[in-house]
Amino acid sequence: MSFKSELTKGLVRENPTFRILLGMCPTMATSLAISNGIGMGIAATFVLIGSNVIISMLRNVIPSRIRIPCFIVVIASFVTMVDLIMAAYVPKLHEVLGIFIPLIVVNCIILARAEAFASKNGVLYSLADGIGMGLGFTLALTGLSAIRELLGTGTLLAVPDFGFPGFKVFDRSLAAVMVILPPGGFITLGLLIGLLNSLTRRNKKAAQA
Amino acid sequence: MDGTGLIVSSSPHQRAAVSTPVIMSDVILALMPAALAGVWFFGLRALAMMVVCVAAAVVTEAGLERLMRKPLTIGDYSAAVAGLLLALVLPPDLPLWMGAIGAVFAMAIAKLIFGGLGQNIFNPALIGRAVLLASWPVFMTRWRWPIFQAPWIPDFDAISSATPLALWKLSGIKTPYLNLFLGNVAGSIGETSALAILVGAAYLLWRGHISWRIPVSFIGTVAVLAALFGQDPLFHVLAGGLLLGAFFMATDYVTSPVTPKGQIVFGIGCGVLTVFIRLYGGYPEGVCYAILIMNAATALIDRYTVPRKFGEVKKVA
Repeated sequence: MSFKSELTKGLVRENPTFRILLGMCPTMATSLAISNGIGMGIAATFVLIGSNVIISMLRNVIPSRIRIPCFIVVIASFVTMVDLIMAAYVPKLHEVLGIFIPLIVVNCIILARAEAFASKNGVLYSLADGIGMGLGFTLALTGLSAIRELLGTGTLLAVPDFGFPGFKVFDRSLAAVMVILPPGGFITLGLLIGLLNSLTRRNKKAAQA
Repeated sequence: MDGTGLIVSSSPHQRAAVSTPVIMSDVILALMPAALAGVWFFGLRALAMMVVCVAAAVVTEAGLERLMRKPLTIGDYSAAVAGLLLALVLPPDLPLWMGAIGAVFAMAIAKLIFGGLGQNIFNPALIGRAVLLASWPVFMTRWRWPIFQAPWIPDFDAISSATPLALWKLSGIKTPYLNLFLGNVAGSIGETSALAILVGAAYLLWRGHISWRIPVSFIGTVAVLAALFGQDPLFHVLAGGLLLGAFFMATDYVTSPVTPKGQIVFGIGCGVLTVFIRLYGGYPEGVCYAILIMNAATALIDRYTVPRKFGEVKKVA
């Protein structure tokens, strides 16, 4: 176990979205546009880092029987911070993400990292774990939302908060509406997971040969 | 004893003489009247759509099988059938590339990812149509009338018009039976002509490739339910995609039950869903979704309708 391996495992090897399949609900709901995906990813990363560090610090004083309520209190404090900050500085994004920001409290990635990692490991490693997992989540959301924004609306990188309409790739009337609907989200995610798995398998085979 | 005369093997011991390519080429033959009617009514545009869809389906299947290093199965014509069926349920003026995307999706996502022919849960052609309808609803509901006058419709516009079912649902206008029977009405390329579909269906029934159970129970349920709800049963049978769906989509071997009782349950389920979507749903037509929903129930239906083995006695509780 090293700081670096804890930091990088969340990116691909143990990517929370593509490998552990956690946090599917916000993944589906907020990956409609790149700005939403990145916004959600950063919000979750902030909460994840904060909660991992605090829970790791408190791991020896939290009674194990009521550990989940304790985790929730810590996580909820950070979520409230994120919620208020976003409402103040990026109100449009805050409106689009809506209920999914308060719902970060019960995001499986954050609870799982608290339960499986931060409550058993030191502060430094928990920090690395939080950063890695958060970045992995952000990366997955960005990739997924890039595909969905492009195919589903015909634009890329639209950021309503900065008044930027995005780069128009093709006309909106030709865009495949299904891609930004839930079935399109599941199909895109499934194809990405399949692609990642087949690439990893090929790499493994190449490494063995 | 030299042992050559006696071979012990596991079942199946009896094999039918017909193979998948024979059945599939017969299906293509049976679809020809409907396809020709489509070309007759909607012009070469309809033919182009069929060519594009079939080519896209075959190329996708071959390409993906090569990529996955699986044996090539385009020789059984099932990909060509799926492509042709998809083209027949698309509006004639849909952009060709959208038809191609539908065919690629039907083959790649609805068929090959599940493991290819015999493994797919849903009818690939209908999945292609459902995906296109969800993706480009505007293009998928733009219809054209093959005739230039329709005295029973006020403010008739041949270029952009509604299908008989939409006309009936939105404005209460009923298209005459003769037009519905011959097929000179607005609709998908191959669904408008009841006559052409029935000719093809008769051929499939005569060759023994499909049984009467699913189509008869499907169409019968629609007629009876329509009458029960105070609708015109004959109109509901002739209009829309019911005949094409009942004979060519719902009877797909892979996605419909194999047991005789199950096939009747399947047909009735399709019929009930079709009528309810037509009468109360958001869309004017419900055949596509009805069949897809029943596809999902096929395994369950099969499990509960396993026929009794010869000589088997009902267990007494």
